Amino acid sequence: MAKKINITINGVVYEANSGETILEAARNAGINIPTLCYHKDLCVAGNCRVCIVEIAGQSRLAASCATPCHENMEVYTNTLKVRTARKHIIELLLSEHNADCTRCYKNGNCELQNLAAEYKIMSEDLIPLAAYKNYSIDMFSPSIIKDDSRCIRCQRCVRTCSELQGVNALTVAYKGDQMKISTFFEKSMNEIVCTNCGQCVIHCPTGALIEKNYIEEVWEAIADPDKHVVVQTAPAVRIGLGEELGLQPGTRVTGKMVAALKSLGFDSVLDTDFTADLTIMEEGSELLNRLKKVLVDKDDNFKLPMFTSCSPGWIKYIEHMYPDMLQHLSSCKSPQQMFGALAKTYYAKARKLDPEKIVSVSVMPCTAKKFEANRPEMHDSGFRDVDLVITTRELAIMIKQAGIDFPKLNELKYDRIMGVSTGASVIFGATGGVMEAALRTAYELVTGREIPFENLDITPVRGMKGVREASVIIDNPLAEWKFLDGVEIKCAVAHGLINAKKVVEAVKNKDAEYHFIEIMACPGGCLGGGGQPIPTNSEIRDKRAQAIYEEDANLPIRKSHENTEIIKIYNEFLEKPLGERSHHLLHTFYVERKRH
Amino acid sequence: MTREYNLKRADFIFRNENDWEHILSRTLKKDRRELINELISSELKGRGGAGFPTGLKWKLTSESEAPQKYVICNADEGEPGTFKDREILMKVPFKVLTAMAICAYITGANNGFIYLRGEYKFLQHDLQKAIDEFIYYCNDINFKFSIDIFMGSGAYICGEETALMESMEGFRGEPRNKPPFPTGQGYNRMPTVINNVETLAHTYTIFKHGAKKFYDLGVQFSRGTKLFSVSGDTPKPGIYELELGMSLSDFVNDFGDGDTKAVQVGGASGFLVPRKKFSETNIGYKGKLTGISLPTGGSMMLFNSTRSMYNVLDNYLEFFREESCGQCTPCRVGCQQLHMGIKAVKQGQKPASYLEKLLKLTETMQYTAKCGLGQSVANSFSSIVENFREEMIY
Repeated sequence: MAKKINITINGVVYEANSGETILEAARNAGINIPTLCYHKDLCVAGNCRVCIVEIAGQSRLAASCATPCHENMEVYTNTLKVRTARKHIIELLLSEHNADCTRCYKNGNCELQNLAAEYKIMSEDLIPLAAYKNYSIDMFSPSIIKDDSRCIRCQRCVRTCSELQGVNALTVAYKGDQMKISTFFEKSMNEIVCTNCGQCVIHCPTGALIEKNYIEEVWEAIADPDKHVVVQTAPAVRIGLGEELGLQPGTRVTGKMVAALKSLGFDSVLDTDFTADLTIMEEGSELLNRLKKVLVDKDDNFKLPMFTSCSPGWIKYIEHMYPDMLQHLSSCKSPQQMFGALAKTYYAKARKLDPEKIVSVSVMPCTAKKFEANRPEMHDSGFRDVDLVITTRELAIMIKQAGIDFPKLNELKYDRIMGVSTGASVIFGATGGVMEAALRTAYELVTGREIPFENLDITPVRGMKGVREASVIIDNPLAEWKFLDGVEIKCAVAHGLINAKKVVEAVKNKDAEYHFIEIMACPGGCLGGGGQPIPTNSEIRDKRAQAIYEEDANLPIRKSHENTEIIKIYNEFLEKPLGERSHHLLHTFYVERKRH
Repeated sequence: MTREYNLKRADFIFRNENDWEHILSRTLKKDRRELINELISSELKGRGGAGFPTGLKWKLTSESEAPQKYVICNADEGEPGTFKDREILMKVPFKVLTAMAICAYITGANNGFIYLRGEYKFLQHDLQKAIDEFIYYCNDINFKFSIDIFMGSGAYICGEETALMESMEGFRGEPRNKPPFPTGQGYNRMPTVINNVETLAHTYTIFKHGAKKFYDLGVQFSRGTKLFSVSGDTPKPGIYELELGMSLSDFVNDFGDGDTKAVQVGGASGFLVPRKKFSETNIGYKGKLTGISLPTGGSMMLFNSTRSMYNVLDNYLEFFREESCGQCTPCRVGCQQLHMGIKAVKQGQKPASYLEKLLKLTETMQYTAKCGLGQSVANSFSSIVENFREEMIY
């Protein structure tokens, strides 16, 4: 327990924990101090100076986010001196900022705009500086747009890229009036070691870093009578979307989301969960195959541990940073890309559609998925497998544009085929979910019995610890898997690329022995993805995770191999996991990328 | 005979004494606490410009518990118009090295660093030779200590102690949030004494001659002597060791060219004093007894009537605009606004009253900037604009 101290804020004595900052103590006491560079996920920077407060006995104002409380400290958050200074600072930021708000993608969801509105900055006294700088907008990345003219240099993106992701794609360049957030040799975002994870986007307070949106392209496809537009929704979208549409974090909106998508005019509303289950079948089989090749056949061409491959940010990361480890990656495509390949083959055939006329749209909690869909090898259906990728936020914008009263919608069910979900696929949205789903299925395939965890909840792989480990001992397997008898299958789960790095290094240095490792690029997994509602922070991630596990618990089928549509597709189309059709449509390869 | 001025010259720093080995071995035998008390009683304050009591700094560091402690000599002499540290390191490096070793002895540090300004690269060779000789002697008397030179890369902001440490650790030279202060968490987050070159040289004098000798010089609150870097419109530019507490009119009488219009005390981050205020201005740290007291890192720039104060200010602001690290809003944007603002007034694009808006802005910079750089831009700005308003407008 932290020591309790007394602190006086605006004349009232409050109890605070020793070691807390003034900002934390004030917010706990219900007193709001505005901030810009502060973010709960990140270390304290103290550079925007918006959160300044007056401390009795000090002539200078203190940044409350960076100043620890002391016993009997007397703090004032709203004196004339504080207000004047804060107003000046907001004015200064606005003078440097391209404050053309009506033409900004973040109009209405911008922390600087909110502050300007709160402090009623009406004067145009200061010289607009943005006009004097040669800003250009970096639009080369398929995922992220970087507009320096809207940057307030709070360095939240820099800290995100370094502290949460360990990628350091964004960094501070130059000093003084030239200081800006830039990349390696000021290259554009598509030419650098950027994983497109979009964590910088959800941590940016303004419109300086935004996703590349494909809203108009989707509207055009819907409006085209010749096109059959299918949409797939990722597991984490259904527990995040509500936040953008006036509902509390952690609200499950699956049925309403389906209703909204139908109302928007999509011809068929399908579920990425279906291909998540398919991923489990393929990836689980691949793992068992690798175990056999390595443990029994001693085949050097197969490597353990096997890493999951669902997270495109993680894929690009390993391609850049550890190209020598690519053989450890599962060859399975991500659920989005499996869906794309099947939409224009299996689905087209079943629905008697010309695949050329199908537009395949996906709604993802992710910006890296935009890059993934754009990869040149993702054309196994004979066409571009996934045509357009929009984020949870973009879908919310479309729903608002269509004038839909989202909270009042009646819940609807997904269309068929490729619309059946299981608890196993829903938890793909949370860190540890792929692992849990894979273990539920693989254990049963090998032993013929359910995995021995209460209610199938494999709790060791759940939670928000950066790296988690679990192991399962295979006991009395079926005849085919006799070589696994008594083998302890060791697993690890990591989320956030900074944690991924730890695990990869441990594997590389042989400090840890695992068989199967799940890695998600974003903190919390997809539920905290770069395409999710803003704000996203640890509290909100916890609520979304809770919603995901509720959804799992409430679904009638909770194991991928029991998904009726999965059984059907193997019977009618794919024949068996790792079969020839699977190999062609559902598996992929990786490329080595440069580090600079 | 010329009139006797109130300027008291002194000669401690550059006196060639060549007795450092004796002073070092003698001091290292003394009790640490006594040495700290000696230093505290001298009332020596930091000579870099900020004026923090040196004895207290060493005491706080010695009381911090940590597996590792450091002593850093700040030789990133970047304040415009200051050039005294260079001379100290060229002429009497052993005094500084001895002081660093004594500081290490007192505080429990094992490693010392000299953060040498990038532009002083030419000093590195000779200084390294001196260090080698010094460390050889330390080994001889069985005192474990190392001193390394760390070359700066030319950023003014790296003279700020925490930015300096960030730079030494391999990061961008950006000042840290304070607290924590370096005495508790400095270089590598370990307790660190960081002193200006001249401060260290003064401690040598104190440990050699005793605190009383030092204390008896200067005036109340501003004890001892100080090196002044005199430049500008003066017939005798150079470095002078003077007792603190002198009045600015005496200084101008001695160093001026007879036409001194104003003196910039303390470099670009200091204050400009116009002629009418020379007599009421004293050079020293803030105290209760003296009139206006202006501290300085030693830079004294004299301007005569041929100088445009607008140009002087324009020059300072351009300097700050470039040399701000750029991380905090008031400093990064504030400097740009001030610089462009005075130009807009001069060119008639903004009314004269805009100067008042800018003055208020500098007040905010002073209260809210993260480090001394942004906080002190207000000094030169307000003192020039308020005293030479006409020159700013027409």
